[in-house]
Amino acid sequence: MANSYLEFERPIAELTSKIDDLSGMGKDSGVNIAEEVERLNGKKDKLVEQIYSKATRAQICQLSRHPDRPYILDYIPHMFDDFQELHGDRAFSDDGAIVGGLANFRGKSIVVVGHQKGRDTKEKIKRNFGMPRPEGYRKALRLFKLAERFEIPVLTFIDTAGAWPGIDAEERGQSEAIARNLQELAALKVPVICTVIGEGGSGGALAIGVGDRMYMQQFSTYSVISPEGCAAILWRDRAHADEAAEALKPTALDLQSLGLIDAIIPEPKEGAHRNIEEAAELMGDLLEKSLDELLNTPLDKLLKSRAERLRNLGAFSG
Amino acid sequence: MSWFTRLIETPKNILKSSSSDAGSPEGLWVKCPRCSEAIYNKELARNSMVCSKCNHHLRMSAQQRAELLFDADTIEQLDTELRSEDPLNFKDKKKYKDRTRDANKKAGPEDAIRNYIGDIQGRTVSASIFEFAYMGGSMGSVAGEKIVRGMEHALERGCPYILIAASGGARMQEGVLSLMQMAKTSSTVNRLNEAKLPFVCLLTDPTMGGVSASHAWLGDIIIAEPGALIGFAGPRVIQETVGQKLPEGFQRSEFLLEHGLIDAVVDRADLRDYLSTTFNHLTDRSFRQSA
Repeated sequence: MANSYLEFERPIAELTSKIDDLSGMGKDSGVNIAEEVERLNGKKDKLVEQIYSKATRAQICQLSRHPDRPYILDYIPHMFDDFQELHGDRAFSDDGAIVGGLANFRGKSIVVVGHQKGRDTKEKIKRNFGMPRPEGYRKALRLFKLAERFEIPVLTFIDTAGAWPGIDAEERGQSEAIARNLQELAALKVPVICTVIGEGGSGGALAIGVGDRMYMQQFSTYSVISPEGCAAILWRDRAHADEAAEALKPTALDLQSLGLIDAIIPEPKEGAHRNIEEAAELMGDLLEKSLDELLNTPLDKLLKSRAERLRNLGAFSG
Repeated sequence: MSWFTRLIETPKNILKSSSSDAGSPEGLWVKCPRCSEAIYNKELARNSMVCSKCNHHLRMSAQQRAELLFDADTIEQLDTELRSEDPLNFKDKKKYKDRTRDANKKAGPEDAIRNYIGDIQGRTVSASIFEFAYMGGSMGSVAGEKIVRGMEHALERGCPYILIAASGGARMQEGVLSLMQMAKTSSTVNRLNEAKLPFVCLLTDPTMGGVSASHAWLGDIIIAEPGALIGFAGPRVIQETVGQKLPEGFQRSEFLLEHGLIDAVVDRADLRDYLSTTFNHLTDRSFRQSA
């Protein structure tokens, strides 16, 4: 697969292609240019470090929806064994924008639920660009309740621009479906760990995002509204999306400083989209540790502290 | 003083809280936003801010609603001391701090929710009522906390809880903290359910976004005022996304009723009787299993 590069990643792309060219030439010409390649690789490391560490919030928003960014179905083969996808909400249909099922995570059975965007046009349409309809949330809820019945912990993976703003979604109770999940997850009698792996878009993200632990990958975002949507309302012009991204403070570092997440999951130095194996391992290591801790917590204590976490959300005086 | 006599004595308040293109320079007449009928404001007040010609339910302030809801002289407002902070140091064209300062002047300093305890036909009820005039009734940290406290007042007293929604959704200026208020308020509904305390949601014009997709749709009984705009995504956003004309009456109370999403559409004039009957049914416990 050809890599796509964002505008601000272009210097990295240029250098990478230079290195690739040089490496190719080396084989043909017989000239030993390993040294030069090594030098350029060192330069690239520095460039990557420089570009990513200085990425603005608007650029991190772009990274969180990078066309090459791994989705949950990309991670599953790297993180889980024995995955059995389970389909449908048993009422209306099977929503491709949310996938879920049973899986084995480092020796333990879990229920995995996550948003799924599409990679190519055909799949994008099938997945509705990762924007769920009510049946998606209801499928997720069905799997949460299945997990509860069989005492299996739940891992959710958030990556959506938001709930689908369509006529059909409203007709089938988008609001009710999201609200129900928030209420049910708050009291689900098994450990629930939520991780944002791309875009955390508003209510559509939160509907699978209430649990005992909340993590964000380094270049993911989580926001009450997309920068574009916010700009359209507050600036009355989508062209102000970059300013809106700054104002909304949607990055993992922002949420950490607001005390809303438990940890930031580091990504490979060029982002999860350039090295999925490493990204999956970094995420898996943290989730395993986190899950072990929750599994060693008695259920009543788990539910009590989840309720307290939720009760204490907010910043106000008086 | 009952809610309508107060309105009659201060007729200017009506103009402030109703449509902007209202009436004569003296403010004696209000134009109905739906049928354009000019209504004498005393008549409008007497009729609970409902157009006598077309039954359009005009928007009301939280205080007006409280006075309509509760028995006279039983109303107490609670949790008035909570104030929003500016955790994001948010600034768009205007600073969030300036927006809240302006809203405090316009709609009172109690943010987008007012909490009340009062009696409805002799029964104590806890109510959280959205103030739409305060930044479009948007839910930030203060609104979320007040809703939870409203539920907790019901839990402490063992009484029913009513939520009257009127909101554009979550408050953008508090970013993801506003989003988290959806989780916070929704999780507290579990405590009402466990205590078997009736929870009624009254959805009024408009109830959208993060408010509709959390506590406002988790009542044991969900009712709406006639003709209210209620939904998750705004009609304009949907129209832009799907690029087709929206169906007639889309996202209005009657549309929701038809699609099985709410229990009933209740006229303002019938609200107190409706709620009393509901609470009677839900607290009767005619089948109480012996221990």
